[in-house]
Amino acid sequence: MPQWIAACAADDIDPEDVIPFEHDGSDYAIYRSPDDVYYATDGHCTHEKTLLCDGLVMGGVIECPKHNGRFDYTSGKALGAPVLVDVRTYPAKVIDGTVYIEVG
Amino acid sequence: MVIAGAGECGTRAAFALREQGWDGPVILAGAEPSPPYERPPLSKTGELKPICDPATLREADITFLPGAEAAGLDTAAHVLELAGGRRLPYRSLLLATGARARRLPFGGAPVHVLRTRADSALLREQLRPGRRVAVIGGGFIGLELASSAAALGCAVTVIELGPRLMGRAVPARVAAVMAQRHVAAGVDIRCGTGVTGLARTASGVMITLAEGGTVEADVVVAGVGAAPETSLAEAAGIEVADGIVVDARFATSAPDVFAAGDCCRYPHPLYDDRPLRLESWRAAQEHGTAAARAMLGGTEPYAGVPWFWTDQHDYTLQVAGLADTASCEVVRVRPDGTEIWFGLADGGRLVAAAAAGPGNSVARDIKLAEMLIARRAAPDPAALADPGVALKSVLRSPVAG
Repeated sequence: MPQWIAACAADDIDPEDVIPFEHDGSDYAIYRSPDDVYYATDGHCTHEKTLLCDGLVMGGVIECPKHNGRFDYTSGKALGAPVLVDVRTYPAKVIDGTVYIEVG
Repeated sequence: MVIAGAGECGTRAAFALREQGWDGPVILAGAEPSPPYERPPLSKTGELKPICDPATLREADITFLPGAEAAGLDTAAHVLELAGGRRLPYRSLLLATGARARRLPFGGAPVHVLRTRADSALLREQLRPGRRVAVIGGGFIGLELASSAAALGCAVTVIELGPRLMGRAVPARVAAVMAQRHVAAGVDIRCGTGVTGLARTASGVMITLAEGGTVEADVVVAGVGAAPETSLAEAAGIEVADGIVVDARFATSAPDVFAAGDCCRYPHPLYDDRPLRLESWRAAQEHGTAAARAMLGGTEPYAGVPWFWTDQHDYTLQVAGLADTASCEVVRVRPDGTEIWFGLADGGRLVAAAAAGPGNSVARDIKLAEMLIARRAAPDPAALADPGVALKSVLRSPVAG
């Protein structure tokens, strides 16, 4: 049953950056795009489960810190080897300075 | 299209041929009996990790031939011959034959090396709590094995010929961070000495050191480098010089024959066309994709920034570029204490960067440095050194290429 949960303050994330968020045993990655739109994906790379939050965000792309697999974090799409499986995305929104993501 | 070698490079090239639109036959012939697998985990966790689900090879209509060692190459007739006699005619051939682990130049006792899954399985059987493990060679393979052996409860000694660890490719102060980590984990590091002999004793193996003294061990592993597999090319009259010599499109001296990955030596456009032979996972991947493009007629030179990582204990060390092309260094000390090393050439171009830290904590900064290197940027050294200046802003400033 999907529900919206509060993940972080909008200003916890720098523009064009990513932070980790853990909820109920699951890891997520919350992104703030260069134009201040917020997104959320699974926290782990689909290649080898490395946490994406240590990776570099450039534009709309997150690059895994381990083997440099790249995903479009706005859609979850895997952008080529070594990542072949898309990463799951979750709806995200900001209300009154707090970022909410819809999980479950 | 025929590919000799089903490792990281060859397998990537096979898929890349399909991704780039080639509809004709693709034959991927590997000497090893198993489906393509990743080598990096072998020195870390020892796990066997497939490069792909074998079904995906079939789905891509790639003809995979395991246990298919190449025996001969007729470049005029455009035929690769396998041991056993099968002949594979080719329009274009990619030699992705990799490298083999070098061995010590003397005997006296059994010595493990690590290149294949078979090597890994044999070695792992020996790594048990309390066993004394001697690692000859303080490079990446040796140090990763030292880390995993220590984690498995072995008493580990590393013996390195050079004055310090990882002298080939890692700057001194970054290697020192890792050395400290090994010492903290109880690994006995002996630098500045070679090994002159091995002898079996009643209680194990006695290793005689060049600088005097001995080390006794139950298990001996040699991580003393890899030699490129070039005999097939040499026998066919293809130019070889510590690696199959290729141009920036991975083309060899024989028509329609390409070579890429650990087995080739290619000129790097970012480093004055210096001929490089890189032994890294990333290079194998990128070469595979680029060689496929060349096999299909592409003419773009390959200029990917050299990059590799090594996992030792709970730290990861990453290097971008070629540290030995730097003539001056700049160090950024982050608030968390981690140092990012930058190497600049005469004239101020960033040519290399390296750092070691817990987990994946250095990845972002090294990635940004890699991008600066790719753009031939000559960043202000003061900006590189100042942890208050975001590297991303250096990347986006007008001087960054």
